Amino acid sequence: MRKLRPWLYLLPAIAFLGVFMVYPLIDVMIYSMEEGYNSASQTYFGVGLYNFRYVLRDPYFIQALKNTFILVIITVPLSTGIGLLIAVALNSIQKLKDLFQTIFFLPYVTNTLAVGLVFMILFKKTAYSDGLINVLIQTFGGTGVDFIDGPYWAKMFVLCFYTVWVVLPFKILILTSALASVNEDYYKAAKIDGTSRWRIFWKITLPMISPMIFYLIITGFIGAFKAYSDAVALFGTDLNAAGMNTIVGYVYDMLYGNGGGYPSYASAAALILFAIVMTITCINLLISEKTNV
Amino acid sequence: MKVILEHLTKRYPSRDKNGKDVIAVNDFNFEIPDGKLIGLLGPSGCGKSTTLNLISGLESPTEGKIWFGEDDVTDLPPEHRGVGLVFQSYALYPHMTVRQNIMFPLQNLKGKDKLSKEAMNQKAEEAARLVQIERLMERKPREMSGGQQQRVAIARALVKMPRILLLDEPLSNLDARLRLQTREEIRRIQKNTGITTVFVTHDQEEAMSISDEIVVMESGILQQIGNPQHVYDEPVNLFVAKFLGTPAINVFEGEVKGGRLFIGGQDVLAVSGVEDQPVSVGIRPEGFILSEDGPFRTKLVQVEVMGRDTSVVSEHPDCVSGLIRSIISAENRVEAKDGNVAFELKPAKVHIFRKDSGVRIPYPEQERHV
Amino acid sequence: MTNTGYDKIQKKSQRSDRTRKIVTYIGLVFWAFIVLFPFYWMILTSVKTYSSYNSEYIPKFFTLSPTLQNYVDAFTAVPLAQYFLNTLIFAVITTAAMLIVIILSAFAFARLEFKGRNALFSFFLSLMMIPNELVIITNFVTITNLGLRNTFTGLILPSITSVFYIYLLKENFEQIPNELYKAAKVDGTSDLKYLFKVMIPISQPTIVTITILKVIECWNSYVWPRLITDNEAYFLVSNGIQAIRENGFGRENIPAMMAAVVVISVPLVILFLIFHKKIMAGVSRGGTKG
Repeated sequence: MRKLRPWLYLLPAIAFLGVFMVYPLIDVMIYSMEEGYNSASQTYFGVGLYNFRYVLRDPYFIQALKNTFILVIITVPLSTGIGLLIAVALNSIQKLKDLFQTIFFLPYVTNTLAVGLVFMILFKKTAYSDGLINVLIQTFGGTGVDFIDGPYWAKMFVLCFYTVWVVLPFKILILTSALASVNEDYYKAAKIDGTSRWRIFWKITLPMISPMIFYLIITGFIGAFKAYSDAVALFGTDLNAAGMNTIVGYVYDMLYGNGGGYPSYASAAALILFAIVMTITCINLLISEKTNV
Repeated sequence: MKVILEHLTKRYPSRDKNGKDVIAVNDFNFEIPDGKLIGLLGPSGCGKSTTLNLISGLESPTEGKIWFGEDDVTDLPPEHRGVGLVFQSYALYPHMTVRQNIMFPLQNLKGKDKLSKEAMNQKAEEAARLVQIERLMERKPREMSGGQQQRVAIARALVKMPRILLLDEPLSNLDARLRLQTREEIRRIQKNTGITTVFVTHDQEEAMSISDEIVVMESGILQQIGNPQHVYDEPVNLFVAKFLGTPAINVFEGEVKGGRLFIGGQDVLAVSGVEDQPVSVGIRPEGFILSEDGPFRTKLVQVEVMGRDTSVVSEHPDCVSGLIRSIISAENRVEAKDGNVAFELKPAKVHIFRKDSGVRIPYPEQERHV
Repeated sequence: MTNTGYDKIQKKSQRSDRTRKIVTYIGLVFWAFIVLFPFYWMILTSVKTYSSYNSEYIPKFFTLSPTLQNYVDAFTAVPLAQYFLNTLIFAVITTAAMLIVIILSAFAFARLEFKGRNALFSFFLSLMMIPNELVIITNFVTITNLGLRNTFTGLILPSITSVFYIYLLKENFEQIPNELYKAAKVDGTSDLKYLFKVMIPISQPTIVTITILKVIECWNSYVWPRLITDNEAYFLVSNGIQAIRENGFGRENIPAMMAAVVVISVPLVILFLIFHKKIMAGVSRGGTKG
């Protein structure tokens, strides 16, 4: 009895993790190999890599892949850079620092879907109104464009803008506390030696907080590769029609949603995503290892 | 380079709105002679680090002026003052090698002061040789001992040949043995370079052992400046007397009446010319002489034999500093009569202080013995 | 150097300090504006009347005749109150159940001795790397096969454990000196009593943080509820907002839509304003979005 007791405490956690994490992990691999699985009859005709081949040839998947990569490549460096800039600015002031910090963190706690709707009406062009952003563009002499239903690059711009808006609070928070934890003596020493601000930033601040920056880049990559609800918020649930689908969106569409019911294709797509994320994470870790020696 | 502090005051606004300002440094006036090593000494929070920051330019004073030689540097930013600063935490950049750390200040030089790579390397090596770490140039700080890191920090502060070298509690992160070694090392380096040096510490032994002059501070107020022995022998007030010396000075409630000093009704010493008044009495541990019929009787607690010396620990109801510690030569045998032990006192080691202000009252018997 | 030379250096450095400060504040205010503007816009739009909103070809930055009619519409034309209630039930039950599960296992990992403890804990940690997207497919099938679609049970079950929070709490539990546990054992206190009387009260700040973070997560969850519910009676606010967008109010009643957005955003914003220190401290200890 005494020996069993610890396991009793762990039982709920083990049960839930077993059923909803470990089993699905194995299952998803099996699904991805079962060819022609039919969810109604629960039968399939063969085992192999057909599902992967199908997904990789599916134009919707290719579009989703392309969208996701563009989103990642634009938003990860941009949000990390802006986050760093804001964190440095925050750290250099005393007055109103708490207020600014609180305001900047606000998007973290808001409902992505709900605020996405606000972004949509700000950027959308309708029969009655060009929308606020377009009015602004026109006052500065540009020509308006429908960011929600218009050209691809306009839509991508809104998606990236909204993604950066959503992910920045986390990055600002982490970078601000990383900056604040650098020993003040380093800056005093540098100041006495007449080091310029620019040089202090590149030679002292940045190397000191580089572990945190790498952490943010890695989590940023992982997060951006999983982008989905931001896109839904802006463009609606039928992302394929809008041409703005993401890999995760493709997985869900295959599983459910319009024309869904193909867990095998969904599994294959999910595993492809997982492989991409793992590869990029490993590359990141290797780079950070090298620069930190 | 001579440093002069003139009516130097630093006030910080109070944290809460209606509170008073905190005065970290209060109307300082003193002159640091060229080429000397000065120990800034005081308990933590007494304003000694603020004073250092004011000299370095990291903080600017609320009032008063700072002169380096003939130059008024009061409002000059730190990088133009030509000071080197060594931190308690060393503040070595962990991602740079020793060489890169030492060269860092040189790489900041611009315009006509700019140095070639070879010149920088040469200067860095000179500085490293001075502190004897020239064989560790390619190491990272974390691969070195605390003492070695300390040397690197000093080398980095010295490499630009500063006019003033400032050391902020440089030894307090080291263990006892290294501390002894390193403080001799600092003394040697200072002598070799002849740079005017200010050294902040809360450890009176440290300050007394290496400084040419010590400056004793308490709650932002300068208490006494002088050669260490002089400050020890003639403290201006009770605070300074208590702060210097280990074991600490023994303090008693006493009274002067008719040119005699009384402690607890016992007539212990002649203090001619001093007005009748209640006083605080400070007796250095080495100021006691065992004497069977000495005038000062205390209750014996224990005798601690420590090789060369013997420490006699005793009690007296009027002692305000806890137990009385006296140090006598080990040759003397301590004999207690009815649990009491009696002493004669050496006037040079007995100080009397005003009850109200704590200021020392000199008396002729004392001076004769110095 | 002469004194005049020093003067110049002083003036120059003071001037550039001031410029830098001004630029910094301008930048911060600018970003604060970008963060806050959507919130302002949704509140503004939500109090504009339907007709005045639609007649503004160039949107106005204020309104002189604010109305609360949109809020009435939001609660009457669509079952917003229902979504609200569902989300509340979902958030409360999920969070409570999760707290029980993670407290028990964190306690076992932190204080109880048993064979394979470290191995099991490492295994738990490795599960943190598994993305939700990978396991959600089978979970969807499992819940469907169990006939739990469109039920609270189906919504709640997969979100009850969090390896990350077990890890966070275990670290916290381990900081409590082991002597306390030994003393309690000597006094004959049972494990469970010790857990509730000593460990939980001491770790209360962490538990509160975890609770708040989990409630936020529940309030904003969208993907799983979307998969598992297609009956409006079980929609959470995120799904509700999406449904409103696609076919509530008729597509064009944006003021009413914004009223709904304001209503579902308010609880979290209030929670945040009350607990912002705790939330920010908790997130900086290793939370991520979503």
